[in-house]
Amino acid sequence: MRTSRRADFPLLARDPGLHYLDSAATSHKPRAVLDAIRDFYERDNANPHRGAYDLSARATERYHGARERIARFLGVSDVDCLLFTRGTTEALNLVATAWGHAYIGAGDEIVVTALEHHANFVPWQQLALARAARLVVSPLTDDQRVDVGALRQLVGPRTRVVAFGHVSNAIGTVNPVRDIAAIARSVGALVVCDGAQGAPHLRVDFDALDVDFYAFSGHKMCGPMGIGGLVGRRAILEAMPPYQFGGDMIDFVRDDHSTWNVLPHKFEAGTPNVADAVGLAAACEYLDGIGLDEVLAHERALTSLASERLQLIDGVRVFGPPARERSGVVSFSVDDIHPHDLATVLDQRGVCIRAGHHCAQPLMRRLGVPATARASFYVYSDESDVDALVRAVEEAKLLFAAPSLTI
Amino acid sequence: MADLQDLYQSIILDHNRKPKNYGALEGATCSAEGRNPLCGDAVRVELVVGEGGIEDVRFTGSGCAVSRASASIMTQAVKGRTRAEVEQMFIRFHELVTGKLKPEPAEARAMGEMAAFSGVSKFPIRVKCASMPWHTLRKALEDAAST
Ligand SMILES: Cc1ncc(COP(=O)(O)O)c(C=O)c1O
Repeated sequence: MRTSRRADFPLLARDPGLHYLDSAATSHKPRAVLDAIRDFYERDNANPHRGAYDLSARATERYHGARERIARFLGVSDVDCLLFTRGTTEALNLVATAWGHAYIGAGDEIVVTALEHHANFVPWQQLALARAARLVVSPLTDDQRVDVGALRQLVGPRTRVVAFGHVSNAIGTVNPVRDIAAIARSVGALVVCDGAQGAPHLRVDFDALDVDFYAFSGHKMCGPMGIGGLVGRRAILEAMPPYQFGGDMIDFVRDDHSTWNVLPHKFEAGTPNVADAVGLAAACEYLDGIGLDEVLAHERALTSLASERLQLIDGVRVFGPPARERSGVVSFSVDDIHPHDLATVLDQRGVCIRAGHHCAQPLMRRLGVPATARASFYVYSDESDVDALVRAVEEAKLLFAAPSLTI
Repeated sequence: MADLQDLYQSIILDHNRKPKNYGALEGATCSAEGRNPLCGDAVRVELVVGEGGIEDVRFTGSGCAVSRASASIMTQAVKGRTRAEVEQMFIRFHELVTGKLKPEPAEARAMGEMAAFSGVSKFPIRVKCASMPWHTLRKALEDAAST
């Protein structure tokens, strides 16, 4: 039986044989989101903040309304501290560039974990190289959790930033944000959380989370591609320099200098992506309609089931802590079958998984594998997806175990 | 699994399991490394190139069945061949995996085990896996030519 929620997603409804298990890469979009985007363009499209006419005022209103709705979803009470970006990558680059170049100097230390996505690794690495600072990679436990004890030993008086993911995209590990933040606070470091895999699955409650920055992507949480954001603490955002320069973000432009607009505009140079912000607000509405607790419970149940059933297959290894400590991700390997070959076999059965390094090469090096296979679940996934996954893995084993000729 | 069996012919599966010419090459005169950014796989091809062409060749690295088998079959095919011959083989192999060449039986026999890669053309995502060892070999030969 397929979940009735599948009917909310036109792409999935159109293709009943498709088993989409790559939601950690990007989620599908419910009709409500697609409708909201179309509705904006059909009724309220104009450049916000600029026109002295009613239509532009409506566009501005829609944009502001979207910001409020998304802020509510993320538990942000200071709405103007939610800055729209293209997604997590741009949000993290904003912090590493604008904040980083203002505050990081020679000899300073930036701590990241070995679980990070390249988007929360390379910007810090490049900042460190540019500033003669030091990038410190915090180690993991044997089951791919952040080793909190080791992290405590690593931070010190030179630590300026601790950057870590809320949830690992490659393994699904849910990190203890409050514990890590407390360690960072104890040395006065900036706390940066990559929420790309957090916001879609867990109640973020930013106001209570005790991090300075939280980055997220709309397309992984039922929203459109090309929109996401950065939530920051007001005092920090007001003190740091802008990221990009241009329209909307200025206050006054003299020939020889300029002054900046207030939040959030200071960090949103150029014409904003209003339609996708509206779409993302509709996605928040959709997810709240299900309830984040139900979202997590639903995908944990599938993650547990898939992990258990895959582990019954000879030669399958599932990475990471137990399923109850992960989000909707099952990262695994099958002896003697390369993940890339596995993905091709599964694809022939309509099962879409990811095979590769998941933009986490530092993690893959530590796992000692070039790549893993990853199945990831979301609100529209159901047990038939798990069945198809397990069946296809068994088929792949048969194919690769075919008797060999002598060569 | 009709199409899958075209892709994973037993020749390919066998070379994947027991690749030929796998390991470092002592006394190599040139080498190159190739990478598939999609999956992080890497192959290293090492050669001894003399006046007459490729005297010896071996490969190392990690990769999927398609790329390992391709590297294994390639090393067997190019050993003892001149640069010009290797370039011709590459062109034909590339045409084969991209579906531009549909060899007649006689032609397929002449291609030997390389003909086993004809099924790749139905899996466009995997063309890169099959061709990466060849690109790496050509890079090594180019470097050798320019020094
Ligand atoms: C943990 C994590 N961080 C960052 C990113 C980058 O997100 P985006 O590509 O939407 O900017 C992703 C998604 O690929 C991710 O999973």
